[in-house]
Amino acid sequence: MFKVDPSRIDLAREFRAKPFGRHSDELQRILNFFRSDPVAHNFCVVCTKPHQEWALARFRATSREPVDLLGPVYGSLEDAEWDIFKLRWRRHTGQALEID
Amino acid sequence: MIEILGYTDRLAVRPGETIEFKVSRETGDGFYRADIVRLRCGDDRPDGPGFQEELVVDAVVNGDYQGRKQEIDCGSYVSIPPAAAFNALAGFELSCLIWPTLPGVGEQTVMGRWSGDSETGMGYALTINSDGKPCLRLGADGKVWRLAFPTPVTARRWYRVTARVESKTSEARLLCVPLEERWGDRPAVACDATAPFVAVTEDTPFTIAAHVVRDARRGWRGAGHFNGKIEAPELRDDEGRVVARWDFAQDISGIAIRDTGPHRLDGVCINLPTRAMTGHNWTAEVMNWRQRPQEYAAIHFHEDDLYDCAWDTDFTWTIPQTLKSGIYAARLRAGAGEDYVPFFVLPPKGVARAPVAFLASSATYLAYANSHDHYEDPVAERCHGLAVLSPADLFLMQRRDFGLSTYDHHRDGSGSCWSSRLRPILNIRPKRALWSLNADLHITDWLEAIGQAYDVIDDETLHKEGLALLENYSCVITGTHPEYFSTAMLKGVASYLDAGGRLMYLGGNGFYWRVAFHEELPGAMEMRRGEAGTRMWTSEPGETGLATTGEPSGMWRHSGYAPQRLVGVGFISEGFDSGSFYRRLPASHDPRAQFIFAGVAEEIVGDFGVFGGAAALELDIVNPKVGTPAHALRLASSEGHSNVYVVAQGEVGANHPGMDGIESPLVRADMVFFETLNGGAVFSTGSIGWAGSLAHDGYDNNISRITRNVLERFIAPAPFAMP
Repeated sequence: MFKVDPSRIDLAREFRAKPFGRHSDELQRILNFFRSDPVAHNFCVVCTKPHQEWALARFRATSREPVDLLGPVYGSLEDAEWDIFKLRWRRHTGQALEID
Repeated sequence: MIEILGYTDRLAVRPGETIEFKVSRETGDGFYRADIVRLRCGDDRPDGPGFQEELVVDAVVNGDYQGRKQEIDCGSYVSIPPAAAFNALAGFELSCLIWPTLPGVGEQTVMGRWSGDSETGMGYALTINSDGKPCLRLGADGKVWRLAFPTPVTARRWYRVTARVESKTSEARLLCVPLEERWGDRPAVACDATAPFVAVTEDTPFTIAAHVVRDARRGWRGAGHFNGKIEAPELRDDEGRVVARWDFAQDISGIAIRDTGPHRLDGVCINLPTRAMTGHNWTAEVMNWRQRPQEYAAIHFHEDDLYDCAWDTDFTWTIPQTLKSGIYAARLRAGAGEDYVPFFVLPPKGVARAPVAFLASSATYLAYANSHDHYEDPVAERCHGLAVLSPADLFLMQRRDFGLSTYDHHRDGSGSCWSSRLRPILNIRPKRALWSLNADLHITDWLEAIGQAYDVIDDETLHKEGLALLENYSCVITGTHPEYFSTAMLKGVASYLDAGGRLMYLGGNGFYWRVAFHEELPGAMEMRRGEAGTRMWTSEPGETGLATTGEPSGMWRHSGYAPQRLVGVGFISEGFDSGSFYRRLPASHDPRAQFIFAGVAEEIVGDFGVFGGAAALELDIVNPKVGTPAHALRLASSEGHSNVYVVAQGEVGANHPGMDGIESPLVRADMVFFETLNGGAVFSTGSIGWAGSLAHDGYDNNISRITRNVLERFIAPAPFAMP
C-alpha cells in the first residue's frame, strides 16, 4: 500500500509550483493516491462565479445528493488544488504542510 | 439554481421547416424572454476568444412568453391499452421471469393493472416490495392489501414469480423460485392467504415494469418503476387459460410488444427500455440477438430511462428561406437565469450555400448528453484534476429525470445504452466546459474570423441522407471530437472521400464507437460499450449487439473499420491536465505537403492555446496495421505530454509499466495528410485540443495558418493527384 512520506516537502512544493501538467514520478504517485478517493464524501469545488470564484465542497454519500459547501473560496483553480492537496496531505500523513 | 431551460423538437432544421421550442421555468410561473441568436463562439473565459453571439433581430418569435414548470415522466415500462379481455377477469394469475437489479429500493411494480399511488390506488400488481421481497398487491376503495413472500430476491439472479387470486374462494397464492439453485438456497414454498377483495379497474392499462397514476395532461404516467430484466410475462384467468402471453423476443428492434395469446393484446415500450438483453436461457453459443432472438427475450427496464420529456410547445419558428446556415440558439432569460437552446440551421436540401461545411457532431453531443462522468467515473479526478461542479452539474446530480448519457450508469449500476435529444441537454450549450458543442464553436469562431463562408450540417442528417448531404461541398470540416458514428454516417463520409471530397478532421478520438439511431423514435441513439475501448462501463456478456439494427456495437475498430482507415489516425491516449506542442517531421517538407506549411517557418507548432498546447485532451496516431494508408504523410507529432496521459486500454493487449506520456512513445498526436480517390484528400490533426489554439494571438498563429492553408487548398477545384 502506498504511503506518503511526510518528509518529502519538496514534492509538495513541486505541486504548488505546477499543479497541472507533467510531474516527477514521485509526485505523480502522490497525486494518483490522493485522487483515488471514492466519490462518497470526497472533496470537490463548486463554481460560484464563472471563471472567477470556486468554493470548496464535499460530496455526500452519493453524487445524487447536494454537495456541502465547506467555507473556503478560491480565486483560481490552482489555489483550490493546492488547498485540497494540503487537506489530503494532512489526512494521509497526520502532519500539516506548513507552506503556502 | 437553474431557473429556465428548454429543448427543441429537432436539432437540425432547414429553411421553410418549422422548429418547436419547449421551455420549463423551473422556479415557477412567470414571464421569460426568448431571442434567437446565431452563435459564433461559446468560450466565455476571460483569457479566451470571448463569447460571441449575433441577435437575429427580425426573428418573429423574439419576445416575452408566459412560462411555467413542465414535468418529466421518466422511467421505462410497457403499457398495454385497456381491453375487454382484462375487464372480464374475476380472478387472475400473473407470472414472469425477473432478474432484479435494485431490490429493496422502494416498492417496484413488476406487472399488473394498477392505477394510483401504491398505498391508495386500485387494481392488482405483482411487485418487489421495499424489503426486496416479491409481493402481491391488491387495492380497492382506498384500501391496499399485500401478500409478501418471506424471502427477498437477490440482485442479478433469475427467478420465476407467480401470483394468483382465485375469484370464487378468494384464495391468493404467491411463489418465487430461483431458476438455478445455488448453495445456501432454501426450498421455496408457496405463500397462501385469503384475499379480502379482488380489485377491478376498467380504464387502466395493463403495465409491465411500472404501474400508472393519473396525469392531467398525459392521461397516465408511470410510477413504481421496476429496475431489472423481465422476460415472458403472462396473464391467465383463474382457471388457467391464457389471457395474454407477451413475447419480448419479437420485434426487438422496435417499440412494439407482441402478445402471442388469443386476444392479441399488444403493447408499447415507453421511455426506451433496453431490449435485446440476454434472457434466462442464454447459452453463450451466440453473442448477438439476431442469431437466436429466443435467447434474448428479456428487456431491461430502468427507473431513469427517458426518451421524450414531451413538454408542451411554447413557440414555433419557421426558418426563413434567406436565413444563413449556422449554429443558432434560442436565448432564454428569466430573472437571473439564462439558457441557450441550440439548433443547427442547414441550407435547403440538396443545396450548398458555401464551399465548406462544418459537420456538427450531434451523435457525439448525444452520447455525452447530461453526463455525470466527470465526477462519477474512475477517470474523473485522476485525469481532469479536481471535480469542478457548475450550476448545471449541481442541478443534474439531483435531477436524474433529465436522462443519462451513454457514459453513465443507471441507478441500478447497469450501463446506459440510450441517449435522446428530446430533453434539455445542459452540456450542449455555449458558456460551458470546452467540450462537445462549446469546443466546436472554436471552429465556427475561426471560420468567422478568417471570413470563410460555411454551412452547418450535422450527424443525424448525415445518418439519414448519407453522401447526398456532403457531395455538394468542396470540403467538410469535422468537430473537435466526432467520436460516435453510425454505419450510414461512416459510409457517407467514406463515399464522399471516394468521390473526391476533402475532409479536415480537426479533432481527436474520432470515428471510434459504432452507434445506431432508432428507426421509430426520432432523436434516440443507441450504443453498447462492448468489452474493449476507453469506456466507463462494459456490456454484459452477449449484449454487444444493437437492438435497433443487430449490428455489433463497441469500437468501430472491432467492426473492421478502424479510424485510421478513414482519416489516417485513431485514438491512442487521453489526459485532461495540459496540452503540448507538435514537432514537424521530415514529411512536412515533402513537396506534397508544401501547401500545408506555406508561411510556417517554425519546426515547433501549437505551443500555445486554451489547453496549453494544440495537442491536448485526446490524441490519435497512425497505425498502418489497422488502416493508415501507405502513402499518408505523417507531418508532425506532438511530444512532451504529462504522465496523466497513458496509452489507451483498447490499444494494448496487456497493461504494463511505461505507458504514460513521459515513457511511452505512443503517447502523441500525429498530424497527417493523404490523397484519396478522384482528387480528394484528408487532413487530420489527431487532437481534440487543436481548435483551442486557433484564436491565439488574434487568430494569427501557426495552427491557424496551417488550418487555413489546408482549407484554402481543399476548397480549390484542382484535384489532388495520387502519389
